[in-house]
Amino acid sequence: MSQLKPKTIFEKIWDSHVVKRAEGYPDALFIDRHFIHEVTSPQAFDGLKKRGIPVFNTSRTTATADHNVPTKDQHLPIKEALSRHQVETLRKNCKEFGVELYDLGHAYQGIVHIIGPELGLTQPGMTIVCGDSHTSTHGAFGNIAFGIGTSEVEQVLATQCILQYKPKTMKIEINGKLGKGVVSKDIILYIISKISASGATGFFVEYAGDAITSLSMEARMTICNMSIEMGARGGLIAPDETTFNYIRGRKFAPQGEAFDRKVEEWKKLKTDKGASYDSVLTFDAADIGPMITYGTNPGMGMKVTDRIPTIAELKEISEQHSFTKSLEYMGLEPGSSLLGKSIDYVFIGSCTNARIEDLRLVADMVKGKTKASNVEVWVVPGSKQVEDQARREGLDKIFEAAGFELRSPGCSACLGMNEDKVPAGKYCISTSNRNFEGRQGPKSRTFLASPLSAAAAAITGRVTDVREFV
Amino acid sequence: MSKDKFTTLKTTAVPLPNENIDTDQIIPARFLKATTREGFGDNLFRDWRYNAEDKPVPEFVLNDAKYSGKILVAGKNFGCGSSREHAAWAIYDYGFRVVVSSFFADIFKNNALNNGLLPIVVSDQFLKQVLQAVEEKPSTEIVVDLENQILQVGAVKESFEINKYKKTCMINGYDDIDYLLSLNKEIREFDVAH
Repeated sequence: MSQLKPKTIFEKIWDSHVVKRAEGYPDALFIDRHFIHEVTSPQAFDGLKKRGIPVFNTSRTTATADHNVPTKDQHLPIKEALSRHQVETLRKNCKEFGVELYDLGHAYQGIVHIIGPELGLTQPGMTIVCGDSHTSTHGAFGNIAFGIGTSEVEQVLATQCILQYKPKTMKIEINGKLGKGVVSKDIILYIISKISASGATGFFVEYAGDAITSLSMEARMTICNMSIEMGARGGLIAPDETTFNYIRGRKFAPQGEAFDRKVEEWKKLKTDKGASYDSVLTFDAADIGPMITYGTNPGMGMKVTDRIPTIAELKEISEQHSFTKSLEYMGLEPGSSLLGKSIDYVFIGSCTNARIEDLRLVADMVKGKTKASNVEVWVVPGSKQVEDQARREGLDKIFEAAGFELRSPGCSACLGMNEDKVPAGKYCISTSNRNFEGRQGPKSRTFLASPLSAAAAAITGRVTDVREFV
Repeated sequence: MSKDKFTTLKTTAVPLPNENIDTDQIIPARFLKATTREGFGDNLFRDWRYNAEDKPVPEFVLNDAKYSGKILVAGKNFGCGSSREHAAWAIYDYGFRVVVSSFFADIFKNNALNNGLLPIVVSDQFLKQVLQAVEEKPSTEIVVDLENQILQVGAVKESFEINKYKKTCMINGYDDIDYLLSLNKEIREFDVAH
């Protein structure tokens, strides 16, 4: 046997899941956990029906309804016929194929990337896929998690495997102490603004450094969630005591001695000394400020105190056309500042920032204050469990007093697929992950920011430097 | 799903030079509610193609009668964002068989290949030449030769990369599930052991 080559945590997990590696073929990678939802699964189930084959292992598949669901009156049938049909199709398919479904009204229902971790289904060392690009969220637990298309959902349902080429590896290290008012959302918006919306395409990222390891699980999930926004296949953080403490006691986590044995295994999930990455980037936490995006992709971001670049300041001439089109869409001038700009909506929610910690951050900030009269504020918890927890802690009362509307769980105004949409031409400060044209509704305009910055904007009614409040 | 076989293609092209075209632009989320794979072409680039009153936007390239053909030529980082395979279905359903760009997002590239839509990566320089050629003369014929991995535009050509396995699948109309199903025994053993 040859001497063991030092490996990254990514390589360790990948290599231990390869069922077959054959010359001329991609790796057949075994998938430990498959999450499905109503939008990207119906055509995959159809494929199984046409082939006359069952789901390979139903115990490795979990379903929920999140993208289409209303966030008000969830006990009533979904009003919009096509949305209702899609959710009903999921119900039928899950019943027919024997897949566990956390449906509307279930105590575990919620956004797929929020319920996986909170139920303990997401664990270190796993391979996890879902027909949703934000599957990268689960990487916060030290696993390989990535989004896939519907043909691949069908592959995984049919065979519990996926054919994939191993991506390159990138390490992003952030050291130092975060400044006042700066939270994990600002870290990831900062990184993407530095390397662009395609800066990590072809790579699987490992986040490291003391600015990362000092974060809570919720904060780590926010960072891994947006890995896809710089093009990365996924992003992970090596598991540590913070990870183990989060998982301990959760519904589907191993319990008692079985858990302790697992922790011993999980402790080995670290990048070996001397292992190499295809790319390494290093940032200083002290350079990061509260961030905001001004354009129509998540790479078009800046510190809230900066000004939008001018055309002359763009790195490449080829960007000019898209940059100009983007600012026209946003109704913004090159070279201008966003501070003080009046806004219309504040959306606090999505798989990026709708966990209990996010809601607590917002509640702490707005306690005793009220929203500005020109804004509408939606707080949409990521899951039924988050909603219940928020109510137990009395956060609902704080939101109510501030004029914020606490709704029921779902993807909500992140993607303009359900009833929650930002009207044409209106500005929304959003804690979600995408500022694409029309993402929050046709012709809507999105500024991505942290929950803290969003809460500050809700109070002032304009783009605000959160440091005025903390 | 068995797919169309792809060998060579000779056709005109439609230019869309924007960079970072995300899958929300290719097909907005509100049109993802169908439970079949067909019909998404009607809403391809919906919010660029039609205005708020559902009238065609004349200056958008798909509404410009001078452009037609089975190749879409787009700016770099095409298909970023959401993993929705509906984006690949919409482009294919509209009638395109090839997308040419200098850079594709990973998930979109996989989705395209899984649906018989060929993503061709060319150099920035060549992309510029193709866009220029098509914009100056919309009747410019483009030849895609997958077997030899050559993209020819008028008098200029460039070879492109595609991995051997995906190339075989495209040429023969194979899909990944056929291969994975043949590994059933190995996968069962792996599943039990983990």
